[in-house]
Amino acid sequence: MKKLFIIGIIGCVVLAFTWSGCDSNKGTPVPATEAKKTDGENPSYDPHRGEGKFTKVEVGASLDAAMAEAGYKVYGVKCSSCHKLSEEKLVGPGWKGVTDRHSPEWIMNFITNPDAMIDKDPKVQAQLEICLVRMPNQNLTDEDARAIYEFQRKNDGVK
Amino acid sequence: MKKLRSPITGLMAIALLFGMHACKPKNAGNTVSSDAAGKVYVAPGKYDEFYNFVSGGFSGQMSVYGLPSGRLLRVIPVFAVDPEKGWGYSEETKPMLNTSHGSVPWDDLHHVQLSKTNGEYDGRWLFGNANNTPRVARIDLKTFRTVEIIELPNSGGNHSSPFITENTEYVVAGTRFSVPPDDKNGDVPINTYKQNFKGTISFISVGKEDGKMEIAFQVQCPGFNFDLSRAGKGVSHGWFFFSCYNTEQANTFLEQNSAKNDKDFIMAVNWKKAEEYLKAGKGRKQAVKYAHNVYSDKTHSATSEIRTEVTVLDAKELKDICYFFPCPKSPHGCDVSPTGEYIVGSGKLAALIPVFSFDKIQKAIAAKDYIGEFEGIPILKYESVLYGEVKKPGLGPLHTEFDNKGYAYTSMFVSSEVVKWNIKDLTVTDRVPTYYSVGHLTVAGGDTKTPYGKYLVAYNKITKDRFLPTGPELSQSAQLYDISGDKMQMILDYPTIGEPHYAQIIPAEMIRNNSVKFFKMEENKNPYFSNGEGTTKVVREGNKIHVYMTAIRSHLTPDNIEGIRMGDEVYFHITNIEQDWDVPHGFAIKGASTAELLIMPGETQSLKWNPDKVGTFPMYCTDFCSALHQEMSGYIRVSPAGSNTPLLFSTNKNFPASDSADKK
Repeated sequence: MKKLFIIGIIGCVVLAFTWSGCDSNKGTPVPATEAKKTDGENPSYDPHRGEGKFTKVEVGASLDAAMAEAGYKVYGVKCSSCHKLSEEKLVGPGWKGVTDRHSPEWIMNFITNPDAMIDKDPKVQAQLEICLVRMPNQNLTDEDARAIYEFQRKNDGVK
Repeated sequence: MKKLRSPITGLMAIALLFGMHACKPKNAGNTVSSDAAGKVYVAPGKYDEFYNFVSGGFSGQMSVYGLPSGRLLRVIPVFAVDPEKGWGYSEETKPMLNTSHGSVPWDDLHHVQLSKTNGEYDGRWLFGNANNTPRVARIDLKTFRTVEIIELPNSGGNHSSPFITENTEYVVAGTRFSVPPDDKNGDVPINTYKQNFKGTISFISVGKEDGKMEIAFQVQCPGFNFDLSRAGKGVSHGWFFFSCYNTEQANTFLEQNSAKNDKDFIMAVNWKKAEEYLKAGKGRKQAVKYAHNVYSDKTHSATSEIRTEVTVLDAKELKDICYFFPCPKSPHGCDVSPTGEYIVGSGKLAALIPVFSFDKIQKAIAAKDYIGEFEGIPILKYESVLYGEVKKPGLGPLHTEFDNKGYAYTSMFVSSEVVKWNIKDLTVTDRVPTYYSVGHLTVAGGDTKTPYGKYLVAYNKITKDRFLPTGPELSQSAQLYDISGDKMQMILDYPTIGEPHYAQIIPAEMIRNNSVKFFKMEENKNPYFSNGEGTTKVVREGNKIHVYMTAIRSHLTPDNIEGIRMGDEVYFHITNIEQDWDVPHGFAIKGASTAELLIMPGETQSLKWNPDKVGTFPMYCTDFCSALHQEMSGYIRVSPAGSNTPLLFSTNKNFPASDSADKK
């Protein structure tokens, strides 16, 4: 009886191996290189827009001073710990010139959806190698994000 | 691969078949236990199907497990300090442990109860009792935190607690150790127990919306031991049932002296009637002292208030509130079936399980079918209220819960087993061993009107050889059983914290999606909140120093503080200004006689520190937060009393200027 039980257990183990071994061969074979290429280059990712809910941000020709002021307040609470307004890097890069480096959509997507973009965006990944701290998600509202962008424009000299 | 597959699978199938046959237990209809692993395996990254809230016994805390995996998800600090979380050490949480005896840093948490609506779990709150210094706590299941603790006057050993009515109208708290009432002189000879000691049942009302607890009234009962309790439900809604032992009213050597009577009592309490008396002004206002402590998620802090009055209804004078019926012998569990019709008494020393009928109890009361009275309270006749007895169930029945198919499950301490029996015909249909000496058990939804069934967990009093030895002290042992089939099947053994007593099992989806991820800074009303780094500061008020500090990955602001003097009392008020899930920061400072702080995103917590010598002390974040977590630190400089070191605080400024840095 005991022997049979052991055979049963061995059978189970063999079965487990057999099943897992067969799983990977199911369906149409996909060349390994092709799969890798798809993962690595992430063709669906748009490095100009970034990834997030903002596809088209309307930006006025001149500064919306009230909105910029609101953005400054949010900056004080949620951003200033890590970002200076000059070019100097603190925890993260300084904000001077950020509106020249990135589109408004990219900035607003990044600050509202940082984790996804840290994982995908080549520029953010390059920055992470320098700063080594993943930018926290500060759970900004859409209005906060837009106001911050307006404040960044002001910081970059838009009147 | 494919070629090999068929013969191996075929051979294997045969082997498996034989294997199954070989380990098939004698008991027909049972499934082989080789599938146990699959039943409890929750793949990495997958969630458990149920939350299991378990009392932490003498740890004073409550633990949260996932089922069926048995994984420990969290320990919620309740009645005992928890230096890991700063519970009872931070200025904000200290008031939660306040009592009429002052701050009490520990207790013995026996039973847990989920809030109910229509006799079913509603996933809002969790209640726990403190057995030693009588209290009841409420935990908010959005934050998994203790948000309220209320103390109970006139009580000793709050054991028959915190059982709940079907719409959470009341949480009860019955005294296990009768004591002289708080407004009477308690300085009496102990052997005047019969004259001077009283048993008190407290009815704590629970706010429908906010869950706030108030002692609505107490019922004063004869002095003996009120052990366990359950609320009526369905047909018996409006009633409560309490098991009573030591009806001998012994005050010494209870082991023998309280086990003399062949039968003790179950007390039925008509709480709707008690409410009527209360409304009619029949209650007596009694001067007492008890603490009521409330924690707010908005101020992130607790307040403690000492209350001085309670309304007491006397069960002897006010007829029709309380009735006794005999129950063999030293009853412990007193559990009510899903329909509310059957009350199961578990006499610890009885060789059978009596099942009482609510309908018969009502008829006996109407017919005044009494065999006498005890201190003015009528005793119903055993035979008149008995539905039937479960014969030869095992030895030492303790607790009973129910499934969704008409079965009851009773733990048997002495014979170390769980016994399954049919509620209608009272026949035992299955029994399984436990390892060892099971105390409590719980079935998913097992105390509700509509149990989920599926799983049963046995909480064992003895662990012995179940796990790798860890010296003389072992963790407690729990066993998970699949009860979905006719026969119970043990599928998992796992250790637990403290000593688990009652527990609750609730489908995860009822709680999971309500879980708070972080606190919004916009809603932070703590008076010492720092709304961003720009508002951080250090303020001297006499010898009190208030440090308004922020924490974010990965620095503290301010991180250089000077101008503290010996004799100062320093309060670090740390606001975690992160606004994302799972980014707590910790805070600790060398020599602090308290503990660390663990500050959730958007929250403010305060640590009091009395510097004990002149020097410079490091402080740092204790909870690994980022690649630069090791850099998240700072210094605080302490100068002699009376020195005039200027009060300076900054991050990345390097005050004072270097030319004056070394000058005194």
